[in-house]
Amino acid sequence: MSRSRTERLVNLVICLLSTRRYLTAAQIAATVPGYEHDPDDPKEHEAFQRKFERDKAELRALGVPLETGTASIFDTEPGYRIAHRDYALPPILLEPSEAAAIGVAARLWRHAGMAAAASSGLAKLRAGGLELDPDATLGVEPVIAVDAAFEPLTAAARLRRHVTFGYRVPEEDNARTRRLQPWGVVCWRGKWYVVGHDIDRDAARCFRLSRITTTVRAYGPENSFTPPRDLDLIDHVARRTGPVERTSVAKVLVRHGRAAGVRRWAQSVGTAVEGDIVELRYACPESFARWLVGYGADVTVLEPDEVRKCVIARLEEVAAGSSSLVGVAA
Amino acid sequence: MTVSAGDRLARLLNLVPYLLARPGIRLSEAASDLGVTEDQLRDDLELLWVCGLPGYGPGDLIDMSFDGDRVTVTYDAGIDRPLRLTPDEATALVVALRMLLETPGVSDRDTIERALAKIEQAAVVDSTPPIAVRLPGDEDRLATLRAAITRGRALRIGYYSAARDVTSDRVVDPMRLLSVSGRSYLEAWCRQAQGVRMFRVDRIDALVELDEPAAPPPGAVGADLSEGVFQPDPRSPLITLRVGRGSRWITEYYPCERVTRSGDEWLVAMRVHDMDWARRFVLGLGPDVSVVAPGELADVVRESARSALANYD
Repeated sequence: MSRSRTERLVNLVICLLSTRRYLTAAQIAATVPGYEHDPDDPKEHEAFQRKFERDKAELRALGVPLETGTASIFDTEPGYRIAHRDYALPPILLEPSEAAAIGVAARLWRHAGMAAAASSGLAKLRAGGLELDPDATLGVEPVIAVDAAFEPLTAAARLRRHVTFGYRVPEEDNARTRRLQPWGVVCWRGKWYVVGHDIDRDAARCFRLSRITTTVRAYGPENSFTPPRDLDLIDHVARRTGPVERTSVAKVLVRHGRAAGVRRWAQSVGTAVEGDIVELRYACPESFARWLVGYGADVTVLEPDEVRKCVIARLEEVAAGSSSLVGVAA
Repeated sequence: MTVSAGDRLARLLNLVPYLLARPGIRLSEAASDLGVTEDQLRDDLELLWVCGLPGYGPGDLIDMSFDGDRVTVTYDAGIDRPLRLTPDEATALVVALRMLLETPGVSDRDTIERALAKIEQAAVVDSTPPIAVRLPGDEDRLATLRAAITRGRALRIGYYSAARDVTSDRVVDPMRLLSVSGRSYLEAWCRQAQGVRMFRVDRIDALVELDEPAAPPPGAVGADLSEGVFQPDPRSPLITLRVGRGSRWITEYYPCERVTRSGDEWLVAMRVHDMDWARRFVLGLGPDVSVVAPGELADVVRESARSALANYD
């Protein structure tokens, strides 16, 4: 932006903040330097109008609340003003420790997505008087990483606009187009999900942001849906990925000094000649068996039979694996 | 980075209230605080100097007084406060604070909660951002670690290494606690390895605070996490697996060098730290996954399965 345009826009803000009455474009042109022109010359007037339109758009893009109205019912031309109470960041009274927390929080974005928004937000808070302690920490530093879909999805959820995107789960070969009323975005155990109403399936669904394969496109008007009352975003995601209850117990022989990864989950340890006998809790025999098979000959399932059978079946399949693959160029 | 059209305007509208709140601030301090050069700052001030409402009298232009290298705004022409937060700015700050609040082991949750409430109130966006954060973790273990870091003590830890499948004792000089992608890590100088290491907190099986100060060598610096915690070492051996449908999830879970999708089976190339880890990894994935290269790994996996089967004879 040219220096003269920047100057004109600062002046425009000052002018509109200082007035209680709505000022018409003509009144603004007479006040703000940079808008001087001959209103009777159609060419000049048109050039002024274009300039003024661009400037209004620039201010709105910056978030300046430009009000439109008429000074009285006799006026036919619209006027403009900026209400100070809508413009100004309200005073925020922060204890030094609270200010420090905000400073630490804003830093979290340094590697990711909303870094620019966080730093311009912080700049406003500081302009409002917030003093930062650059050395503050809160014991643990979280690192925020978000996927590219994060910003468009949060914006669409905020504005309640529909979105569409390509989505692929690893088990499927091709991405599919999804249409969603996004209710909100969730970070659960470090992964981001969007929760909403899937229009094609006509049901609530969650989608992992990292599996979105296209840019997220918002469509349709704002406020075109209402999320359910008492919506618990976390619950929608946690419900499917929550902790499993390990209620069954298996007895496993672990070779001496081996399979530390198994030992650290052991409930109790006895010693035999061939190794240590440990008890392990499990939920699903198949997935428990898969985990044990990874430890090869270092572990032997003693009981129960359901786990023993699973382990043996799996080992047989791996042992029988064809050797024809060996040597194929990577 | 390209400077967008509104950047300077935003900076100028911020500058007046910033200076207003800090009468007599040194230009150098303000410049470094605002992340601009001193020349840029002087140029901004010169521009603001001529802004205001001309013709309304001398008191209507923004006015400043300079005392050496100190500046004081004496008339703000109505720009006495910064502009409200935009929805994006409010979202960025609110999400970061919620993230902080949810981070296992973070100190002083009440403070963060109060800060969050005040920001949410001041943001006055139509609704608070529809974003929720939950990061479960071992609060007790983290509180112990945090306390040790605060007291500046070295630790003796029993640490389970998944790469080598062993638990070993080591003395470490803690540097910081991190929370990345839902996991907590202790970053510390490992005296045994003579290097900075990241220890997953859920793999610290034993912990003793020592009666000696933590003393990471002066050159020890924390990892750059901008690309994530795990940067596969390009010198590590490369393995190539043929992966069936049911095991494709590994490509989401482990950093992969190359994934070639061909029909039902995917060819996945990944760097592995340790070949014995690779053996356990492939064995655990079962018949859905087979080793393409190196051939020795394929042999070792089959051999392992056979000798394990012998246990059941």
